[in-house]
Amino acid sequence: MTAQQKPLDEGEYNFAYLDEQTKRMIRRAILKGIAVPGYQVPFASREMPMPYGWGTGGVQVTASILGADDCLKVIDQGSDDTTNAVAIRGFFEKTAGVETTFETSKASIIQTRHRIPEKDLREDQIIVFQVPIPEPLRFLEPRETETRKMHALEEYGLMHVKLYEDIAKNGHIATTYAYPVLVNNRYVMDPSPTPKFDNPKIDKMAALQLYGAGREKRIYAIPPYTEVKSLDFEDYPFEVQKFDKPCGLCGAENVYLDEVILDDKGGRMFVCSDSDYCEERREAGHLGPMAADPNAMTLAGGTSDQHSEEPAR
Amino acid sequence: MTDFFSDDPLLQVNGVTRYYGDRIGCRNVSFQLWPGEVLAIVGESGSGKTTLLNCLSTRLAPTAGAIEYRMRDGAMRNLYQLGEAERRLLMRTDWGFVHQNAADGLRMTVSAGANVGERLMAVGDRHYGHIRETATDWLGRVEIEADRIDDDPRSFSGGMRQRLQIARNLVTHPRLVFMDEPTGGLDVSVQARLLDLLRRLVADLGLSVVIVTHDLAVARLLSHRIMVMRHGEVIETGLTDQVLDDPREPYTQLLVSSILQV
Repeated sequence: MTAQQKPLDEGEYNFAYLDEQTKRMIRRAILKGIAVPGYQVPFASREMPMPYGWGTGGVQVTASILGADDCLKVIDQGSDDTTNAVAIRGFFEKTAGVETTFETSKASIIQTRHRIPEKDLREDQIIVFQVPIPEPLRFLEPRETETRKMHALEEYGLMHVKLYEDIAKNGHIATTYAYPVLVNNRYVMDPSPTPKFDNPKIDKMAALQLYGAGREKRIYAIPPYTEVKSLDFEDYPFEVQKFDKPCGLCGAENVYLDEVILDDKGGRMFVCSDSDYCEERREAGHLGPMAADPNAMTLAGGTSDQHSEEPAR
Repeated sequence: MTDFFSDDPLLQVNGVTRYYGDRIGCRNVSFQLWPGEVLAIVGESGSGKTTLLNCLSTRLAPTAGAIEYRMRDGAMRNLYQLGEAERRLLMRTDWGFVHQNAADGLRMTVSAGANVGERLMAVGDRHYGHIRETATDWLGRVEIEADRIDDDPRSFSGGMRQRLQIARNLVTHPRLVFMDEPTGGLDVSVQARLLDLLRRLVADLGLSVVIVTHDLAVARLLSHRIMVMRHGEVIETGLTDQVLDDPREPYTQLLVSSILQV
Protein backbone atom coordinates (compact mmCIF):
# COMPACT_ATOMS: atom_id res chain seq x y z
CA MET A 1 0.00 0.00 0.00
CA THR A 2 1.33 3.36 -0.94
CA ALA A 3 0.05 6.68 0.19
CA GLN A 4 -2.21 8.42 -2.26
CA GLN A 5 -0.38 11.67 -1.88
CA LYS A 6 2.61 12.93 0.05
CA PRO A 7 1.51 14.40 3.34
CA LEU A 8 2.17 18.05 3.94
CA ASP A 9 3.98 17.55 7.22
CA GLU A 10 7.28 16.16 5.91
CA GLY A 11 6.19 12.58 6.22
CA GLU A 12 5.03 12.77 9.78
CA TYR A 13 1.56 11.60 8.90
CA ASN A 14 0.21 9.32 6.23
CA PHE A 15 -2.26 10.98 3.85
CA ALA A 16 -5.35 11.90 5.90
CA TYR A 17 -3.68 10.88 9.18
CA LEU A 18 -4.72 7.19 9.34
CA ASP A 19 -2.32 4.51 8.12
CA GLU A 20 -3.37 2.57 5.03
CA GLN A 21 -4.09 -0.70 6.86
CA THR A 22 -6.49 1.09 9.18
CA LYS A 23 -8.21 2.70 6.22
CA ARG A 24 -8.63 -0.70 4.57
CA MET A 25 -10.20 -2.04 7.74
CA ILE A 26 -12.60 0.89 7.90
CA ARG A 27 -13.43 0.63 4.21
CA ARG A 28 -14.30 -3.03 4.72
CA ALA A 29 -16.67 -2.01 7.51
CA ILE A 30 -18.16 0.68 5.27
CA LEU A 31 -18.70 -1.79 2.43
CA LYS A 32 -20.39 -4.19 4.77
CA GLY A 33 -22.54 -1.36 6.09
CA ILE A 34 -23.58 -0.44 2.55
CA ALA A 35 -24.39 -4.06 1.77
CA VAL A 36 -26.66 -4.30 4.83
CA PRO A 37 -28.32 -0.88 5.04
CA GLY A 38 -28.86 0.30 8.61
CA TYR A 39 -26.89 -2.55 10.20
CA GLN A 40 -24.30 -1.43 12.74
CA VAL A 41 -20.96 -2.88 11.71
CA PRO A 42 -18.40 -3.10 14.51
CA PHE A 43 -14.97 -1.77 13.62
CA ALA A 44 -11.67 -1.27 15.42
CA SER A 45 -12.04 2.42 16.11
CA ARG A 46 -8.70 4.17 16.51
CA GLU A 47 -7.63 6.77 18.99
CA MET A 48 -7.86 10.11 17.18
CA PRO A 49 -6.13 13.35 18.09
CA MET A 50 -9.38 14.82 19.35
CA PRO A 51 -11.70 13.94 22.21
CA TYR A 52 -14.60 11.53 21.96
CA GLY A 53 -17.73 13.44 21.19
CA TRP A 54 -15.95 15.63 18.68
CA GLY A 55 -16.67 13.31 15.82
CA THR A 56 -13.90 10.73 16.02
CA GLY A 57 -16.13 8.24 14.18
CA GLY A 58 -16.97 10.64 11.38
CA VAL A 59 -13.35 11.70 11.05
CA GLN A 60 -12.18 8.10 10.66
CA VAL A 61 -14.80 7.44 8.00
CA THR A 62 -13.88 10.63 6.14
CA ALA A 63 -10.17 9.85 6.39
CA SER A 64 -10.78 6.41 4.89
CA ILE A 65 -12.77 7.58 1.88
CA LEU A 66 -10.91 10.81 1.19
CA GLY A 67 -8.89 11.00 -2.03
CA ALA A 68 -6.46 13.68 -3.11
CA ASP A 69 -8.94 15.14 -5.62
CA ASP A 70 -11.85 15.33 -3.18
CA CYS A 71 -13.35 18.58 -2.00
CA LEU A 72 -14.39 18.53 1.65
CA LYS A 73 -17.07 20.50 3.46
CA VAL A 74 -17.47 20.19 7.23
CA ILE A 75 -20.51 21.48 9.09
CA ASP A 76 -21.53 21.53 12.72
CA GLN A 77 -25.21 22.26 13.38
CA GLY A 78 -25.49 23.32 9.74
CA SER A 79 -22.77 25.90 10.02
CA ASP A 80 -19.30 25.86 8.49
CA ASP A 81 -17.68 28.16 11.01
CA THR A 82 -18.43 26.68 14.41
CA THR A 83 -15.64 25.21 16.52
CA ASN A 84 -16.10 21.55 15.65
CA ALA A 85 -16.36 22.22 11.92
CA VAL A 86 -13.36 24.55 11.89
CA ALA A 87 -11.24 22.07 13.86
CA ILE A 88 -12.06 19.10 11.63
CA ARG A 89 -11.67 21.09 8.41
CA GLY A 90 -8.30 22.30 9.65
CA PHE A 91 -7.34 18.74 10.54
CA PHE A 92 -7.90 17.51 7.00
CA GLU A 93 -6.33 20.57 5.42
CA LYS A 94 -3.23 19.83 7.44
CA THR A 95 -3.07 16.04 7.17
CA ALA A 96 -4.48 15.49 3.67
CA GLY A 97 -4.05 18.83 1.97
CA VAL A 98 -7.34 18.42 0.16
CA GLU A 99 -9.43 21.27 -1.11
CA THR A 100 -12.09 22.45 1.32
CA THR A 101 -15.17 24.49 0.69
CA PHE A 102 -18.21 26.09 2.32
CA GLU A 103 -20.36 25.45 -0.73
CA THR A 104 -22.62 22.43 -0.53
CA SER A 105 -22.81 21.95 -4.29
CA LYS A 106 -19.03 22.09 -4.70
CA ALA A 107 -18.18 19.47 -2.05
CA SER A 108 -17.70 15.81 -2.91
CA ILE A 109 -17.62 14.76 0.76
CA ILE A 110 -19.60 16.51 3.48
CA GLN A 111 -18.90 15.64 7.08
CA THR A 112 -21.66 16.77 9.38
CA ARG A 113 -22.63 16.96 12.98
CA HIS A 114 -26.41 17.22 13.44
CA ARG A 115 -27.64 18.61 10.11
CA ILE A 116 -28.15 17.70 6.49
CA PRO A 117 -27.69 20.64 4.10
CA GLU A 118 -30.92 22.20 2.84
CA LYS A 119 -29.81 21.83 -0.76
CA ASP A 120 -30.52 18.38 -2.24
CA LEU A 121 -27.40 16.23 -2.40
CA ARG A 122 -26.31 14.53 -5.61
CA GLU A 123 -25.27 11.02 -6.56
CA ASP A 124 -21.60 12.03 -6.73
CA GLN A 125 -21.59 13.28 -3.15
CA ILE A 126 -21.08 11.41 0.13
CA ILE A 127 -22.36 12.65 3.47
CA VAL A 128 -20.58 11.46 6.63
CA PHE A 129 -22.38 11.72 9.97
CA GLN A 130 -20.76 11.94 13.39
CA VAL A 131 -22.71 9.64 15.68
CA PRO A 132 -22.52 9.72 19.49
CA ILE A 133 -24.80 6.73 20.29
CA PRO A 134 -25.56 4.45 17.36
CA GLU A 135 -27.95 2.13 19.20
CA PRO A 136 -31.54 3.40 19.00
CA LEU A 137 -32.70 0.88 21.60
CA ARG A 138 -30.01 1.78 24.13
CA PHE A 139 -32.07 3.83 26.56
CA LEU A 140 -34.80 1.23 26.79
CA GLU A 141 -32.57 -1.84 26.79
CA PRO A 142 -29.12 -1.25 28.24
CA ARG A 143 -27.75 -4.74 27.45
CA GLU A 144 -25.78 -4.79 24.20
CA THR A 145 -26.19 -8.58 23.91
CA GLU A 146 -29.94 -8.11 24.06
CA THR A 147 -30.15 -5.21 21.60
CA ARG A 148 -28.07 -7.11 19.06
CA LYS A 149 -30.43 -10.04 19.39
CA MET A 150 -33.39 -7.72 18.96
CA HIS A 151 -31.91 -6.34 15.75
CA ALA A 152 -31.14 -9.85 14.50
CA LEU A 153 -34.69 -11.03 15.16
CA GLU A 154 -36.37 -7.77 14.12
CA GLU A 155 -37.95 -7.34 17.53
CA TYR A 156 -38.65 -3.65 17.38
CA GLY A 157 -41.76 -3.35 19.53
CA LEU A 158 -39.68 -1.60 22.16
CA MET A 159 -39.00 1.34 19.88
CA HIS A 160 -42.71 2.05 19.78
CA VAL A 161 -42.86 1.84 23.57
CA LYS A 162 -40.70 4.95 23.58
CA LEU A 163 -42.99 6.73 21.12
CA TYR A 164 -46.01 5.58 23.15
CA GLU A 165 -44.45 7.13 26.25
CA ASP A 166 -43.93 10.37 24.36
CA ILE A 167 -47.60 10.59 23.41
CA ALA A 168 -48.81 9.48 26.85
CA LYS A 169 -46.69 12.12 28.58
CA ASN A 170 -46.81 14.99 26.07
CA GLY A 171 -49.83 14.41 23.87
CA HIS A 172 -47.66 14.12 20.77
CA ILE A 173 -44.42 12.42 19.73
CA ALA A 174 -41.98 14.70 21.51
CA THR A 175 -38.80 13.13 20.15
CA THR A 176 -37.29 15.90 18.05
CA TYR A 177 -33.85 14.59 17.26
CA ALA A 178 -32.28 11.15 16.84
CA TYR A 179 -35.73 10.13 15.67
CA PRO A 180 -35.70 6.37 14.97
CA VAL A 181 -36.12 5.20 11.38
CA LEU A 182 -36.67 1.87 9.67
CA VAL A 183 -34.13 1.39 6.90
CA ASN A 184 -35.03 -0.66 3.83
CA ASN A 185 -37.85 -2.31 5.82
CA ARG A 186 -35.35 -4.19 7.94
CA TYR A 187 -33.13 -2.43 10.48
CA VAL A 188 -34.21 0.24 12.92
CA MET A 189 -31.54 2.91 12.95
CA ASP A 190 -30.68 6.05 14.87
CA PRO A 191 -29.97 8.78 12.32
CA SER A 192 -27.49 10.37 14.78
CA PRO A 193 -28.70 13.48 16.60
CA THR A 194 -29.98 15.20 13.47
CA PRO A 195 -33.27 17.01 14.07
CA LYS A 196 -36.24 15.03 12.83
CA PHE A 197 -36.73 17.88 10.38
CA ASP A 198 -34.01 16.19 8.32
CA ASN A 199 -35.50 12.70 8.44
CA PRO A 200 -37.42 13.09 5.16
CA LYS A 201 -34.11 14.00 3.47
CA ILE A 202 -32.61 10.67 4.51
CA ASP A 203 -35.33 8.84 2.62
CA LYS A 204 -34.29 7.98 -0.94
CA MET A 205 -31.37 10.40 -0.79
CA ALA A 206 -29.28 10.45 -3.98
CA ALA A 207 -26.02 10.66 -2.04
CA LEU A 208 -24.40 7.85 -0.08
CA GLN A 209 -24.81 8.26 3.68
CA LEU A 210 -22.13 6.97 6.05
CA TYR A 211 -22.45 7.05 9.82
CA GLY A 212 -19.44 6.68 12.11
CA ALA A 213 -19.49 6.28 15.89
CA GLY A 214 -15.93 6.39 17.22
CA ARG A 215 -16.44 5.76 20.91
CA GLU A 216 -19.05 3.06 20.31
CA LYS A 217 -16.95 1.58 17.48
CA ARG A 218 -19.76 1.23 14.96
CA ILE A 219 -20.18 2.17 11.32
CA TYR A 220 -23.44 2.03 9.40
CA ALA A 221 -24.59 3.24 6.04
CA ILE A 222 -27.54 3.99 3.80
CA PRO A 223 -26.88 3.48 0.09
CA PRO A 224 -28.36 5.98 -2.38
CA TYR A 225 -32.11 5.83 -2.99
CA THR A 226 -32.81 3.54 -0.04
CA GLU A 227 -36.24 3.70 1.51
CA VAL A 228 -36.07 5.10 5.05
CA LYS A 229 -39.24 5.37 7.06
CA SER A 230 -39.62 7.32 10.30
CA LEU A 231 -41.41 5.24 12.90
CA ASP A 232 -44.84 6.41 14.04
CA PHE A 233 -48.34 5.34 14.99
CA GLU A 234 -51.25 5.10 12.55
CA ASP A 235 -53.16 7.71 14.54
CA TYR A 236 -50.07 9.81 15.34
CA PRO A 237 -48.20 10.03 12.04
CA PHE A 238 -44.64 11.31 11.80
CA GLU A 239 -44.37 15.08 11.46
CA VAL A 240 -41.42 17.44 11.14
CA GLN A 241 -40.98 20.66 13.07
CA LYS A 242 -42.69 23.68 11.60
CA PHE A 243 -41.54 27.27 11.99
CA ASP A 244 -44.09 30.07 12.01
CA LYS A 245 -41.73 32.65 10.52
CA PRO A 246 -39.15 32.65 7.72
CA CYS A 247 -35.38 33.05 8.17
CA GLY A 248 -34.67 36.55 9.53
CA LEU A 249 -31.79 37.16 7.14
CA CYS A 250 -32.70 35.50 3.85
CA GLY A 251 -36.45 35.02 4.22
CA ALA A 252 -36.29 31.28 3.42
CA GLU A 253 -39.28 29.19 4.43
CA ASN A 254 -39.50 25.45 5.11
CA VAL A 255 -35.92 25.33 6.31
CA TYR A 256 -34.56 24.49 9.74
CA LEU A 257 -34.02 27.64 11.82
CA ASP A 258 -31.75 28.43 14.76
CA GLU A 259 -32.69 30.97 17.39
CA VAL A 260 -30.00 33.62 17.79
CA ILE A 261 -29.95 36.03 20.70
CA LEU A 262 -28.93 39.50 19.50
CA ASP A 263 -28.56 41.53 22.68
CA ASP A 264 -29.36 41.44 26.38
CA LYS A 265 -32.67 43.26 25.91
CA GLY A 266 -34.60 40.33 24.57
CA GLY A 267 -33.67 40.86 20.91
CA ARG A 268 -33.60 37.63 18.98
CA MET A 269 -34.07 36.26 15.54
CA PHE A 270 -34.49 33.00 13.74
CA VAL A 271 -32.00 32.29 10.99
CA CYS A 272 -31.20 29.37 8.71
CA SER A 273 -29.18 26.74 10.54
CA ASP A 274 -27.55 25.96 7.16
CA SER A 275 -25.24 28.99 6.88
CA ASP A 276 -24.11 28.30 3.31
CA TYR A 277 -27.71 28.06 2.10
CA CYS A 278 -28.55 31.35 3.83
CA GLU A 279 -25.59 33.18 2.33
CA GLU A 280 -26.28 31.91 -1.13
CA ARG A 281 -29.84 33.16 -0.91
CA ARG A 282 -28.74 36.58 0.33
CA GLU A 283 -26.23 36.86 -2.50
CA ALA A 284 -29.07 36.07 -4.87
CA GLY A 285 -30.93 39.06 -3.46
CA HIS A 286 -33.36 37.42 -1.01
CA LEU A 287 -33.83 39.45 2.12
CA GLY A 288 -35.57 38.47 5.35
CA PRO A 289 -37.54 40.68 7.73
CA MET A 290 -34.49 41.20 10.02
CA ALA A 291 -32.00 41.98 7.25
CA ALA A 292 -32.16 45.73 7.96
CA ASP A 293 -31.51 45.30 11.68
CA PRO A 294 -27.96 46.49 12.46
CA ASN A 295 -27.42 43.81 15.12
CA ALA A 296 -28.51 41.12 12.72
CA MET A 297 -26.29 42.50 9.97
CA THR A 298 -23.26 42.35 12.24
CA LEU A 299 -23.98 38.70 12.60
CA ALA A 300 -24.53 38.18 8.90
CA GLY A 301 -21.40 40.19 8.12
CA GLY A 302 -19.47 38.01 10.54
CA THR A 303 -20.37 34.95 8.55
CA SER A 304 -19.42 36.36 5.19
CA ASP A 305 -16.10 37.69 6.55
CA GLN A 306 -15.26 34.16 7.55
CA HIS A 307 -16.17 33.08 4.08
CA SER A 308 -13.74 35.45 2.41
CA GLU A 309 -10.97 34.25 4.71
CA GLU A 310 -11.32 30.80 3.26
CA PRO A 311 -7.94 29.84 1.88
CA ALA A 312 -7.88 29.96 -1.87
CA ARG A 313 -6.53 26.83 -3.50
CA MET B 1 -63.19 -22.84 24.20
CA THR B 2 -62.71 -26.08 22.35
CA ASP B 3 -59.22 -26.19 23.82
CA PHE B 4 -60.62 -26.68 27.25
CA PHE B 5 -62.12 -30.06 26.52
CA SER B 6 -59.25 -31.31 24.45
CA ASP B 7 -57.74 -34.69 25.25
CA ASP B 8 -54.31 -33.69 24.02
CA PRO B 9 -51.80 -32.28 26.46
CA LEU B 10 -50.59 -28.71 25.96
CA LEU B 11 -47.20 -29.41 27.48
CA GLN B 12 -45.45 -32.73 27.56
CA VAL B 13 -42.38 -33.07 29.74
CA ASN B 14 -40.16 -36.15 29.55
CA GLY B 15 -37.25 -36.87 31.85
CA VAL B 16 -36.12 -33.28 32.26
CA THR B 17 -32.82 -33.15 34.12
CA ARG B 18 -30.63 -30.20 34.90
CA TYR B 19 -27.21 -30.41 36.53
CA TYR B 20 -25.21 -27.50 37.83
CA GLY B 21 -21.79 -29.06 37.42
CA ASP B 22 -21.94 -32.08 39.74
CA ARG B 23 -24.89 -30.81 41.68
CA ILE B 24 -28.44 -31.64 40.77
CA GLY B 25 -30.89 -28.88 39.92
CA CYS B 26 -33.73 -31.20 39.04
CA ARG B 27 -33.73 -34.81 37.89
CA ASN B 28 -35.90 -36.93 35.67
CA VAL B 29 -39.09 -34.88 35.84
CA SER B 30 -41.93 -36.02 33.60
CA PHE B 31 -45.49 -34.78 33.48
CA GLN B 32 -48.20 -33.57 31.16
CA LEU B 33 -50.21 -30.38 31.39
CA TRP B 34 -53.62 -30.10 29.79
CA PRO B 35 -55.31 -26.97 28.47
CA GLY B 36 -57.06 -25.05 31.24
CA GLU B 37 -55.18 -26.87 33.97
CA VAL B 38 -53.33 -25.28 36.86
CA LEU B 39 -50.35 -27.24 38.13
CA ALA B 40 -48.60 -26.26 41.33
CA ILE B 41 -45.00 -27.24 42.00
CA VAL B 42 -44.33 -27.15 45.73
CA GLY B 43 -41.36 -27.96 47.90
CA GLU B 44 -38.88 -26.29 50.19
CA SER B 45 -36.18 -23.86 49.12
CA GLY B 46 -33.52 -25.56 47.02
CA SER B 47 -35.76 -28.43 45.99
CA GLY B 48 -35.42 -27.58 42.29
CA LYS B 49 -38.78 -25.89 41.72
CA THR B 50 -37.41 -22.78 40.06
CA THR B 51 -34.81 -24.72 38.07
CA LEU B 52 -37.62 -26.83 36.66
CA LEU B 53 -39.74 -23.77 35.90
CA ASN B 54 -36.85 -22.11 34.10
CA CYS B 55 -36.27 -25.25 32.04
CA LEU B 56 -39.95 -25.39 31.10
CA SER B 57 -40.05 -21.75 30.08
CA THR B 58 -36.91 -22.03 27.89
CA ARG B 59 -34.97 -19.72 30.14
CA LEU B 60 -32.52 -22.45 31.09
CA ALA B 61 -31.59 -25.36 28.81
CA PRO B 62 -31.99 -28.74 30.52
CA THR B 63 -29.03 -31.15 30.59
CA ALA B 64 -31.26 -33.98 29.39
CA GLY B 65 -34.88 -34.64 28.58
CA ALA B 66 -37.44 -33.20 26.22
CA ILE B 67 -40.16 -30.60 26.56
CA GLU B 68 -42.84 -30.49 23.91
CA TYR B 69 -45.48 -27.82 23.49
CA ARG B 70 -48.61 -27.84 21.38
CA MET B 71 -48.42 -24.80 19.12
CA ARG B 72 -51.53 -22.90 18.05
CA ASP B 73 -51.63 -24.94 14.85
CA GLY B 74 -51.99 -28.11 16.94
CA ALA B 75 -48.53 -29.55 16.23
CA MET B 76 -46.38 -30.75 19.12
CA ARG B 77 -42.94 -29.11 18.95
CA ASN B 78 -39.83 -29.68 21.01
CA LEU B 79 -39.12 -26.31 22.60
CA TYR B 80 -35.37 -26.64 22.45
CA GLN B 81 -35.47 -27.47 18.75
CA LEU B 82 -37.36 -24.29 17.90
CA GLY B 83 -35.35 -21.48 16.40
CA GLU B 84 -34.55 -18.63 18.75
CA ALA B 85 -36.87 -16.26 16.87
CA GLU B 86 -39.76 -18.72 17.18
CA ARG B 87 -39.04 -19.30 20.84
CA ARG B 88 -38.97 -15.62 21.66
CA LEU B 89 -42.15 -15.04 19.71
CA LEU B 90 -43.78 -17.83 21.68
CA MET B 91 -42.63 -16.26 24.94
CA ARG B 92 -44.15 -12.90 24.19
CA THR B 93 -47.39 -14.04 22.60
CA ASP B 94 -48.52 -17.50 23.62
CA TRP B 95 -46.85 -17.54 27.03
CA GLY B 96 -46.59 -15.40 30.07
CA PHE B 97 -44.06 -15.35 32.88
CA VAL B 98 -44.92 -13.80 36.23
CA HIS B 99 -41.83 -13.16 38.33
CA GLN B 100 -41.76 -13.18 42.09
CA ASN B 101 -40.21 -9.73 42.09
CA ALA B 102 -42.41 -7.59 39.86
CA ALA B 103 -39.48 -5.33 38.99
CA ASP B 104 -37.93 -8.26 37.08
CA GLY B 105 -40.96 -8.57 34.86
CA LEU B 106 -41.78 -4.90 34.37
CA ARG B 107 -40.06 -1.99 32.69
CA MET B 108 -39.78 0.22 35.71
CA THR B 109 -38.91 3.37 33.77
CA VAL B 110 -41.91 3.48 31.45
CA SER B 111 -45.54 4.08 32.37
CA ALA B 112 -48.05 1.40 33.34
CA GLY B 113 -49.83 1.85 30.01
CA ALA B 114 -46.65 1.27 28.04
CA ASN B 115 -45.87 -1.79 30.18
CA VAL B 116 -49.18 -3.34 29.24
CA GLY B 117 -48.95 -2.13 25.64
CA GLU B 118 -45.42 -3.41 25.01
CA ARG B 119 -46.49 -6.89 23.96
CA LEU B 120 -49.14 -5.46 21.64
CA MET B 121 -46.55 -3.27 19.97
CA ALA B 122 -44.18 -6.23 19.83
CA VAL B 123 -46.71 -8.17 17.74
CA GLY B 124 -47.23 -5.24 15.42
CA ASP B 125 -50.03 -3.06 16.82
CA ARG B 126 -49.29 0.45 15.55
CA HIS B 127 -52.44 2.27 16.59
CA TYR B 128 -51.94 4.38 19.70
CA GLY B 129 -55.65 4.74 20.46
CA HIS B 130 -56.18 1.01 20.29
CA ILE B 131 -53.15 0.20 22.41
CA ARG B 132 -54.25 2.67 25.05
CA GLU B 133 -57.81 1.39 25.07
CA THR B 134 -56.62 -2.18 25.53
CA ALA B 135 -54.20 -1.11 28.27
CA THR B 136 -56.98 0.75 30.10
CA ASP B 137 -59.22 -2.29 29.83
CA TRP B 138 -56.55 -4.57 31.26
CA LEU B 139 -55.68 -2.22 34.09
CA GLY B 140 -59.37 -2.35 35.02
CA ARG B 141 -59.37 -6.12 34.93
CA VAL B 142 -56.50 -6.26 37.41
CA GLU B 143 -58.15 -3.60 39.58
CA ILE B 144 -55.79 -0.71 38.91
CA GLU B 145 -57.55 2.64 38.54
CA ALA B 146 -57.55 4.02 35.00
CA ASP B 147 -56.00 7.32 36.12
CA ARG B 148 -52.77 5.50 37.04
CA ILE B 149 -52.15 4.56 33.41
CA ASP B 150 -49.45 7.19 32.89
CA ASP B 151 -47.67 6.58 36.19
CA ASP B 152 -44.40 4.68 36.48
CA PRO B 153 -44.61 1.31 38.21
CA ARG B 154 -42.02 2.72 40.61
CA SER B 155 -44.83 4.71 42.20
CA PHE B 156 -46.95 1.55 42.64
CA SER B 157 -47.23 -0.58 45.77
CA GLY B 158 -45.97 -4.16 45.74
CA GLY B 159 -49.44 -5.57 45.17
CA MET B 160 -50.19 -3.16 42.36
CA ARG B 161 -46.90 -3.94 40.67
CA GLN B 162 -47.70 -7.62 40.79
CA ARG B 163 -51.13 -7.01 39.29
CA LEU B 164 -49.61 -4.81 36.60
CA GLN B 165 -47.18 -7.57 35.77
CA ILE B 166 -50.07 -9.99 35.40
CA ALA B 167 -51.93 -7.60 33.07
CA ARG B 168 -48.79 -7.12 30.99
CA ASN B 169 -48.51 -10.87 30.55
CA LEU B 170 -52.14 -11.57 29.77
CA VAL B 171 -52.73 -8.80 27.24
CA THR B 172 -51.82 -11.00 24.26
CA HIS B 173 -54.14 -13.78 25.50
CA PRO B 174 -51.48 -16.36 26.20
CA ARG B 175 -52.43 -20.01 26.61
CA LEU B 176 -49.77 -20.91 29.12
CA VAL B 177 -48.51 -18.82 32.02
CA PHE B 178 -45.58 -19.61 34.29
CA MET B 179 -45.62 -18.12 37.74
CA ASP B 180 -42.72 -18.06 40.15
CA GLU B 181 -43.99 -17.39 43.67
CA PRO B 182 -46.41 -14.70 42.46
CA THR B 183 -47.55 -13.90 45.99
CA GLY B 184 -44.13 -13.98 47.63
CA GLY B 185 -43.26 -10.86 49.59
CA LEU B 186 -46.83 -9.56 49.76
CA ASP B 187 -48.71 -9.15 53.01
CA VAL B 188 -51.57 -11.50 53.75
CA SER B 189 -54.51 -9.30 52.77
CA VAL B 190 -52.87 -8.23 49.49
CA GLN B 191 -52.01 -11.85 48.87
CA ALA B 192 -55.63 -12.92 49.33
CA ARG B 193 -56.82 -10.27 46.90
CA LEU B 194 -54.21 -11.25 44.32
CA LEU B 195 -55.14 -14.91 44.65
CA ASP B 196 -58.81 -14.08 44.11
CA LEU B 197 -57.90 -12.09 41.04
CA LEU B 198 -55.65 -14.82 39.66
CA ARG B 199 -58.26 -17.49 40.24
CA ARG B 200 -60.88 -15.45 38.41
CA LEU B 201 -58.62 -14.61 35.45
CA VAL B 202 -57.40 -18.17 35.10
CA ALA B 203 -60.98 -19.47 35.05
CA ASP B 204 -62.28 -16.73 32.72
CA LEU B 205 -59.50 -17.09 30.19
CA GLY B 206 -59.13 -20.87 30.44
CA LEU B 207 -55.40 -20.47 31.06
CA SER B 208 -53.00 -23.28 31.68
CA VAL B 209 -50.68 -22.36 34.52
CA VAL B 210 -47.55 -23.80 36.02
CA ILE B 211 -47.12 -22.14 39.39
CA VAL B 212 -44.12 -22.55 41.65
CA THR B 213 -44.76 -21.88 45.31
CA HIS B 214 -43.65 -22.93 48.74
CA ASP B 215 -46.97 -21.80 50.17
CA LEU B 216 -49.35 -24.74 50.28
CA ALA B 217 -52.32 -22.41 50.80
CA VAL B 218 -51.62 -20.79 47.43
CA ALA B 219 -51.45 -24.22 45.83
CA ARG B 220 -54.69 -25.24 47.50
CA LEU B 221 -56.54 -22.15 46.27
CA LEU B 222 -55.28 -22.02 42.70
CA SER B 223 -54.23 -25.40 41.48
CA HIS B 224 -55.96 -28.50 40.24
CA ARG B 225 -52.94 -30.72 40.46
CA ILE B 226 -49.83 -30.59 42.58
CA MET B 227 -46.26 -31.90 42.30
CA VAL B 228 -44.16 -32.15 45.43
CA MET B 229 -40.39 -31.82 44.87
CA ARG B 230 -37.51 -32.66 47.10
CA HIS B 231 -33.78 -32.76 46.34
CA GLY B 232 -34.53 -32.08 42.67
CA GLU B 233 -36.94 -34.96 42.19
CA VAL B 234 -40.70 -35.20 42.10
CA ILE B 235 -41.65 -37.36 45.06
CA GLU B 236 -45.41 -37.15 44.94
CA THR B 237 -47.98 -35.98 42.46
CA GLY B 238 -51.76 -35.97 42.33
CA LEU B 239 -54.91 -33.88 42.63
CA THR B 240 -54.33 -30.97 44.95
CA ASP B 241 -57.00 -31.83 47.47
CA GLN B 242 -55.96 -35.44 47.49
CA VAL B 243 -52.29 -34.72 48.10
CA LEU B 244 -52.91 -32.07 50.73
CA ASP B 245 -55.64 -33.97 52.61
CA ASP B 246 -54.07 -37.37 52.40
CA PRO B 247 -50.35 -37.11 51.75
CA ARG B 248 -48.66 -40.39 51.01
CA GLU B 249 -44.95 -39.62 51.29
CA PRO B 250 -43.48 -38.96 54.73
CA TYR B 251 -41.92 -35.73 53.47
CA THR B 252 -45.25 -34.47 52.13
CA GLN B 253 -46.87 -35.36 55.44
CA LEU B 254 -44.21 -33.31 57.19
CA LEU B 255 -44.73 -30.42 54.80
CA VAL B 256 -48.49 -30.42 55.25
CA SER B 257 -48.29 -30.73 59.01
CA SER B 258 -45.86 -27.88 59.27
CA ILE B 259 -48.37 -25.29 58.04
CA LEU B 260 -48.93 -22.80 60.82
CA GLN B 261 -52.43 -22.76 62.20
CA VAL B 262 -53.87 -19.58 63.60
